[in-house]
Amino acid sequence: MIELRGVSKSYGRKTAVHDLSFTVRPGLVTGFLGPNGSGKSTTMRLILDLDAPDGGEVTVNGKRYRDHRAPLHQVGALLEASSIHTGRSAYDHLLAMAQTHGLGRERVEAMIDLVGLREVARKRAGTFSLGMRQRLGIASALLADPRVVMLDEPINGLDPEGILWVRNLLKGLAAEGKTVFVSSHLMSEMALTADHLIVIGKGELIADVGVREMIGRSSQSSVRVRSPDAARLAEVIAAPDVKVRNLGTDLIDVQGLDAEEIGLAAHVSGIVLYELSPRQASLEDAFMELTGEAIEYRAGEGSASTTALAKAA
Amino acid sequence: MERVGIPLGVEPVTQRRVVRSEWTKLISLRSTRWALAATLVLAVGIGVLACIVFETRWAHLSVTDRTDFHPLSVSLAGINFAQLSIGVLGVLAITGEYSTGMIRSTFGAVPRRLPMLWAKVLVFGSTAFAISLPATFIVFFVGQAILSGEHINIGLGHSGVFRALIGVPLFLTAMGLFGLAVGAIVRSTAGGIAALAGIVFVLPPIVGLLPSSVADSVDPYLPSNSGGAIWTITPDPGTLAPWAGFAVFCAYVAVTLAIAAVLLVRRDA
Repeated sequence: MIELRGVSKSYGRKTAVHDLSFTVRPGLVTGFLGPNGSGKSTTMRLILDLDAPDGGEVTVNGKRYRDHRAPLHQVGALLEASSIHTGRSAYDHLLAMAQTHGLGRERVEAMIDLVGLREVARKRAGTFSLGMRQRLGIASALLADPRVVMLDEPINGLDPEGILWVRNLLKGLAAEGKTVFVSSHLMSEMALTADHLIVIGKGELIADVGVREMIGRSSQSSVRVRSPDAARLAEVIAAPDVKVRNLGTDLIDVQGLDAEEIGLAAHVSGIVLYELSPRQASLEDAFMELTGEAIEYRAGEGSASTTALAKAA
Repeated sequence: MERVGIPLGVEPVTQRRVVRSEWTKLISLRSTRWALAATLVLAVGIGVLACIVFETRWAHLSVTDRTDFHPLSVSLAGINFAQLSIGVLGVLAITGEYSTGMIRSTFGAVPRRLPMLWAKVLVFGSTAFAISLPATFIVFFVGQAILSGEHINIGLGHSGVFRALIGVPLFLTAMGLFGLAVGAIVRSTAGGIAALAGIVFVLPPIVGLLPSSVADSVDPYLPSNSGGAIWTITPDPGTLAPWAGFAVFCAYVAVTLAIAAVLLVRRDA
């Protein structure tokens, strides 16, 4: 369980996080979304007591992180920027971390096998690829069997097999009852992995919702209708909260009604339909819609597609 | 999915466990091992070389050269270099964590932070002492054996010699801790080394430029000069008494460490 209550943090005159409150619950994978510079990494640093908040309170399992006697058993974290000495081997890094909590070589060996770094465990971490560094970071995070697992962009640099492995790992940890808090800019990945989402923009909370609810809430869920009588149908279904867009002579896109309602209206008015297809907004669409205003570093207007922007976020 | 929560004995973080962890960190870096070896080679090699030069050239030396000659100082000629390399190693012991991001892992495991600093002081301090003590005695005995060829050597029993030979490793250890404290304050390798070299090597000549009345009263209290007093065998009027000088240097180290400790707890990582 991670709890933030009214947390604010500025670096110089730049506000990174403002009056942020949310709770991350155990037993779920909670995705942490937000555009670049929205304060995700800052929030994670505050949770780990790496930085002190200017105001508000951050607790992990009921206490400030630094007040826990065995902190690595409370939170296992992988931070976005590398947190490993490049001159040290994976094995020695894990051993040094383990020894602070009275753990020994067997646990280190087990973690190396878990993340599949056996063959390179004695090589200096500086020679590792990004994917290998991520695996080492995950091993480090899981070292002391943490109750909260907090990972910043864990699938960066992983191959498809590695991504699948992380996805199953996170789900498995949540199923064990652990609190799993994971940030990612890959919406499609979040849609597959997360149960719940916390979305921030410009350091403020934008949404704290379930994944399904977030997609459903998006105005971009619509129904595409093809009919020789499209214009008349548009008149028939016209209402204050219904939005109809013309996509061609016989093609319209309807927001605010579901397929059944449109089909019924067409039948009642004797309008022939060639196509009636509900279009589910992707998490990416929903995310773009929510954070559209909060994107601080917008790519060049016009040139950037929606997807490109979301990827950049 | 693999089981992660295998039963294991997670224990609370204690100072002793942090010391073990810091020991693993220190010896697992190839750069540390090289730098320690270099310190040893510098301290011994330069001293031995200087003794050989004096022994072979002795017959041709001028009277002034002969009066200025002191067998102990010559055999300890390498210590001035060793103080720099061990000071730099002290800086690196902490700035290496900041430059690589390791500090975030370290503070993640030890969020109270101070146990980490004290562990580094203990581990690095004892390593520095353990390296420099034998180095000092080796270079002394080898150097004096060389000088004995011209019967210009000095014995261990000679007044002040033993104190100086114990003083060298103490001084080098304190210099290493000074570097560690400076590194913890500055948090960048380049800045830390520059600050250390500035204080140890650049400050004395700058003070030398001041009017001699001022320079003479300030000079003995400069960090390197006060610390150096403990292994100076022929104190000139301008230096502090050996142990008094070393105490002054230790005070510098203690104050710098205290500042480092306060900043370590207060600053964002």
